[in-house]
Amino acid sequence: MISLDIWMRENPLTYVWFGSYAVALLIFATEIAMVRHRRKSTLQQIRLMRDAEADSKDGNTA
Amino acid sequence: MLCEFRWSDDLAINWFKYSAPTTFYGLAGKLIPWFAFSAAILFSIGLYIGFFVAPMDAQQGEFYRIIFIHVPASILSMFLYMIMAGYAALGLIFNTRLSAMMASAIAPTGALFAVISLWTGALWGKPMWGAWWLWDARMTSELILLFLYLGFIALHASIDDPRRADRAAALLAIVGSVNVPIIYFSVQWWNTLHQGSTIKFSGTTMHVAMQQALFIMLVACWFYAFAVALTRVRSIILERERNTTWITELPEVKQ
Repeated sequence: MISLDIWMRENPLTYVWFGSYAVALLIFATEIAMVRHRRKSTLQQIRLMRDAEADSKDGNTA
Repeated sequence: MLCEFRWSDDLAINWFKYSAPTTFYGLAGKLIPWFAFSAAILFSIGLYIGFFVAPMDAQQGEFYRIIFIHVPASILSMFLYMIMAGYAALGLIFNTRLSAMMASAIAPTGALFAVISLWTGALWGKPMWGAWWLWDARMTSELILLFLYLGFIALHASIDDPRRADRAAALLAIVGSVNVPIIYFSVQWWNTLHQGSTIKFSGTTMHVAMQQALFIMLVACWFYAFAVALTRVRSIILERERNTTWITELPEVKQ
């Protein structure tokens, strides 16, 4: 812990940048990836449901 | 008088029109790129001013630069909770579908801002106070806010029926909103190690470049939160309204 204290006082900008800003940007990037993935998977589910319904209708008419 | 009424009627925006998921879905889709693009630009400008233009602090040296993410994240975590509780209350009182969906969409973003606030606060606390964490009133109440967000998300996820989940989670959100003024006033009500507000209505002693970077980063965080919450609410609308005709007629579903 003492070595960390010395390191952070010798490299304050690196400590601030990697410790807080890089972590925050990583959190933002993860959240963006998650919301994009959720949208893609939701749209895929709806398309599958629609196709399944269309197939069942075709089966009934045949 | 008649002209005035007509004039005002032409300009009047029918806000109730966008309280329906059908119309809000399209509006959100149009707004997301603007918010996302503005957030990216503002983050770049804010970080540039914060790191290259703003001078070093006389007392805290370079460590103070954590302020440009710590303060916006803390403000967003509190305001997003109030907005979430507001939507939850609207959903509970007027039984509007979109309000509950908005509350569910805001909660994860609010929780992540609370995490960023606590994390960056710990990183700032170590070189300044000599400790990563203290059971200080401001820090403890912010930690409770994170638990309230997590409680809201977990409670909503644990109930299968979405409408019942909305009502149960809304109650938790409304009761939990009492914590937000406690966080804000904690530095005044109790003798805490955490410093008071840097920017007050009476003015500030901060350097202009520091104020600019802080304000730009705050607006960037707001735009980011809007973009992400609106993207999430569009997925929630799709999930909940998937059996309706208007969803099946959407161009992205027809593909």
